[in-house]
Amino acid sequence: MSAGELRLALEELYADYAACLDEERFEDWPAFFTDPCLYKIVPRENFERGLPLATWLCESKGYLADRVTAIRKTAVYAPRYMRRMVSGIRVLGWSGTVLEVRASYLALETLQDELTRVFNTGQYRDKLVVEDGKLKFREKLCIFDSLLVPNSLIYPL
Amino acid sequence: MEARRAWPKEGITRIPYWIYSDPEIYAREQERVFCGPSWSYVALEAELPKPGDFKRTFIGEKPVVVVRDNDGSVNVVENRCAHRGVQFCQTHLGNASEFMCPYHQWTYDLKGNLIGVPFRRGVKKQGGMPADFDPKNHGLRKLSVARRNGVIFASFASDLQPLDEYFGPSMLALYDRVFDGRELALLGYSRQLIPANWKLMFENIKDPYHASLLHVFLVSFGLFRADQPSKIEMDSTGRHGALISWRGEQKKTDDNVDMKSLIDNFRLSDPDLLDPVREFAQYTVVMTTLWPNLIIQQQSNTLAMRQLITRGPDAFELAWTFFGYADDDETMTRRRLRQANLMGPAGFVSIDDSEVMKFSQAGVAAYPESAGVMEMGGRDWKDEPHMVTESVIRAFYDYYRQVMQI
Repeated sequence: MSAGELRLALEELYADYAACLDEERFEDWPAFFTDPCLYKIVPRENFERGLPLATWLCESKGYLADRVTAIRKTAVYAPRYMRRMVSGIRVLGWSGTVLEVRASYLALETLQDELTRVFNTGQYRDKLVVEDGKLKFREKLCIFDSLLVPNSLIYPL
Repeated sequence: MEARRAWPKEGITRIPYWIYSDPEIYAREQERVFCGPSWSYVALEAELPKPGDFKRTFIGEKPVVVVRDNDGSVNVVENRCAHRGVQFCQTHLGNASEFMCPYHQWTYDLKGNLIGVPFRRGVKKQGGMPADFDPKNHGLRKLSVARRNGVIFASFASDLQPLDEYFGPSMLALYDRVFDGRELALLGYSRQLIPANWKLMFENIKDPYHASLLHVFLVSFGLFRADQPSKIEMDSTGRHGALISWRGEQKKTDDNVDMKSLIDNFRLSDPDLLDPVREFAQYTVVMTTLWPNLIIQQQSNTLAMRQLITRGPDAFELAWTFFGYADDDETMTRRRLRQANLMGPAGFVSIDDSEVMKFSQAGVAAYPESAGVMEMGGRDWKDEPHMVTESVIRAFYDYYRQVMQI
């Protein structure tokens, strides 16, 4: 894959990933990952201090699917829309078959009776591999600046 | 206030909704509850291992700094410069040999004593502080401090019960069960801003009635059921309380047909998520609420302090500090971190609570003239060997009314 092709593939991947979540096709979300995988949403203060606690931790496709079950079937929450903006996608490089990528993300939340607000913003620190001809996340860390979470984090970032 | 707001004649079986939104009530709570003769949680010792380590936190809405002194003791001081009121400390955690206010560089030692005032003697014999200005009289205000087995509490009051008496024997026994003297290990923080009155958080954790109804996840995955062995305990004043349960048989019985949310044959795709091991004697889950600002969470192997920081009548910050023990092996630490998925701003269980508290605030704030009904399990409050009761909430309000004189 040339650098140009890789850039295009990444742009498409991140756009597809955001669209999948924005459109609430949560059942399709685990397919963006390898199995096992690591998906974590981590407050930046924990990350920077080397504290291991994640706000959200998944270590396999099964974990991701359990989160989807919770969103669909068990969790009680107010209706909302979430829109994710991904920008500044940077390729750090390959180490062996693993591609390291970073990007900024911004998640906007819209609740009924309230104006749209910045819900969460931070950095994706991702490790990707090619599986069945497609780039998949082996690791996706969402390191968020927005330490004070506005109430509840229901949907993935 | 008294003329406009009167507690319903039924007493503690009714909770008037004006207590959740009235700014006068909120101001009175700051004074009587958070600045009264109460021990507020401020930090774990594990957050401040070395001399000079400090933590910036709050009691009610008042900013304070908790700092490890050079001799190993812990001081808690107001985060407010004695000169002009600047909140001088702006970082959550750090290390300092002294505290300097950035505005005019007044400097304090780790005990809060004023040790430096720039231009105190003036410049070129002009200006300066009056000759009788004595730095001894202008230090940071120091709070009372109590420590027990790795946890630090503080109070704005100087004359109050020792911590063990303040907890009372039953709460102390539950406390010492988790804080048994072993060194704690800090796992990390979560913080959320919940758009609800702070008392709704206490009500939630003092309310076992909702646990098997609201929390479909808990119920579906067999973590909590109304028919499992459980009990509630309180101290003699009613201000502290605990919800206690342990594992029972998981089957659908006549007793839980009322739980509309029960989904049978629910299985986690990845059972590693919940892999509890018996760690503490007797009970699987103990949720302890300690007046005025702390919830101690022991949900299987996930341990956390939940600190309530008030942000006006209609919001509070819930600051979660997850921890384990210094002697945990890697497997146990992983288990705690996995089970932490149940709790926090994205917790499988606690999402329901933060969302419902917002719904509560939306209802009660709009109808301050109405009142909630609190009669499940009777009209009084006492320890019970079951969870089908609102006794712990009634106890809380019994004490609250005495403190608030309402």
